[in-house]
Amino acid sequence: MSEQTAITPFGSAAAAPDLRKSWTEGRALRSVILTIGAWIVALIASVPLFSVLYMLIVQGGSRLSLDLLTELPPAGFELGGGFGNAIVGTLVMVAIAAVTSIPVGILAATYLAELSPESKLASAARFLAKVLTGFPSILAGVFVYAILVLATGTYSAWAGGISLAVLMLPTVILTAEEAMKTVPRRMKDAALGMGCTRTQMIWKIVLPTALPGILTGVMLGVARVAGESAPLLFTALFSNYWLHSLSEPTASLSILIYNFSSMPFDNQIELAWAASLVLVLIVLVFNILSRVLGRSRI
Amino acid sequence: MAANAFEGAAPPGAITQPPSSNEYLTDRGFRLLTVCGAWLIILLVAYILWKIGGQALPAVYRYNLGFLISTNWNVADQNFGILPEIWGTLYSSILALLIGGFFGLTVAIFLTQDFLPLRLALVFRTIIEMLAAIPSVVFGLWGIFVVIPAIRPIANWLYDQLGWIPFFGSSLSGPGLLPAALVLAIMILPTVAAISQDALNLVPYRTKEAAYGMGTTRWEAILKVMVPTAAGGIASAMVLAFGRALGETMALAMLIGNSNQISLSLFAPAQTLASLLASHFPEAGQSEVQALMYAALVLLGITLVVNMMGTAILTITQRRISGRS
Repeated sequence: MSEQTAITPFGSAAAAPDLRKSWTEGRALRSVILTIGAWIVALIASVPLFSVLYMLIVQGGSRLSLDLLTELPPAGFELGGGFGNAIVGTLVMVAIAAVTSIPVGILAATYLAELSPESKLASAARFLAKVLTGFPSILAGVFVYAILVLATGTYSAWAGGISLAVLMLPTVILTAEEAMKTVPRRMKDAALGMGCTRTQMIWKIVLPTALPGILTGVMLGVARVAGESAPLLFTALFSNYWLHSLSEPTASLSILIYNFSSMPFDNQIELAWAASLVLVLIVLVFNILSRVLGRSRI
Repeated sequence: MAANAFEGAAPPGAITQPPSSNEYLTDRGFRLLTVCGAWLIILLVAYILWKIGGQALPAVYRYNLGFLISTNWNVADQNFGILPEIWGTLYSSILALLIGGFFGLTVAIFLTQDFLPLRLALVFRTIIEMLAAIPSVVFGLWGIFVVIPAIRPIANWLYDQLGWIPFFGSSLSGPGLLPAALVLAIMILPTVAAISQDALNLVPYRTKEAAYGMGTTRWEAILKVMVPTAAGGIASAMVLAFGRALGETMALAMLIGNSNQISLSLFAPAQTLASLLASHFPEAGQSEVQALMYAALVLLGITLVVNMMGTAILTITQRRISGRS
């Protein structure tokens, strides 16, 4: 293995040490074992996703048909049925959440990113927005129950939508702020140099340039709240009928899954799986939209 | 009406024009609106605290701090306490953090330390991110029909063989703490992985080069140089994931068994603060709603403190690392 070199730095005639790394040496062996361990852990970590998707496709896919979208949830022993009203309810409440939280969120983000990013107000608002991203969703439900359901005396799509808006707001603010920060300084300087007011600069330069990034955030927010169920439990409740007005109890896919999962009837369990599949598809569509929009960012 | 500060600023005959009164007012108005937007976040948090606190006040006066150490939840006697819920919340979250934290951190190391070709790493990262997109209630359904049947034989074998150890002190008949904690671990894994990845990516490349230059093996560089350098970010990942686990509701309400008891056993049904709210709120009468509001206030307090800690650690370490490099 090791050859004796002509000049040894050591006084003795002993062979120069072999400096090549052998993988059976203790330290190197430990490294190899840890690498194998990391591979195993990473592979185990990806099992749940595939298991969930497999179950959704096998269990939910078998029941997928147009009837699901046009019929109402079945009662107790009934066979068949669907969850058209729940899809409508989910979409309506997500729309209410989006319409209320997006304008406010973008206004706040404009202040945080453009108007005075260093001010105390901005740091406080930014910090609280970050804290709110980890806000337990059920507490949004409790909050809206206290301000809307108790005040109006009825569960409603409005209450459900507002509780989702509380959860969506921080995502919109933080991603919109990040998007606006990526707008190059020289573009803003050019606009200001041409005599734009700050407002004109924001509306004509910053917002259009940052639009893909802002939309990414909006889509992420929508994807996050579309699958939420805890805040809807006691704000929108559930309904077995089609949506007639926004101020009455409203069905949603997630609550339907929750209710049906504990029922002893096979038909309801199958419907819960099919509803899960539809819900995951809706969430994935918004997720993919956010990725596609995010890619075209400057 | 606010005066236009630029009125008459330009000399007569100049090509340039000061902003018209209209533009000036729009500018002021829009800025005011954005300030309102920023204030709204602060007011929202304050309003949430005030409103939930206000609703809980009657129960706070009535049950005082005894509420936190009483184990009863009896609607007929008007006797409420949340010690089992606090116990269940902490037990399930800590268990989930141990499992999810280990897996999440390993995945973050795996994805950032050149174990995979770049393109493959991107695919893998997307898989982990997709986990975060699965709604909680779908995880609950999956837990009922996949996780519980899968771990029941193992759990019952452990109970038969090692039943004298308190952790295995009961059989798993269906829902229980362990399946809930496992699913919770899966749900917080993406949070841990994402924030830890950011933290590891922030460590300058030359730090790792220096470690390799000293003759470390790959794992010595990771465990003795990279992870300690990114420790602040990783710590905040754990704290934020813990906060998320504390507040997670639906999957737990479906899997934990909603039973009002304190037990060390991993296989016994339990109850958390959030699942208590989810399962009792819809049918609660007035006095029970007040007690539930008190429970919500406790949950709000715990999660706010944990999240503020996590966010503060993250902000400070990010500032320090980016200031240094």
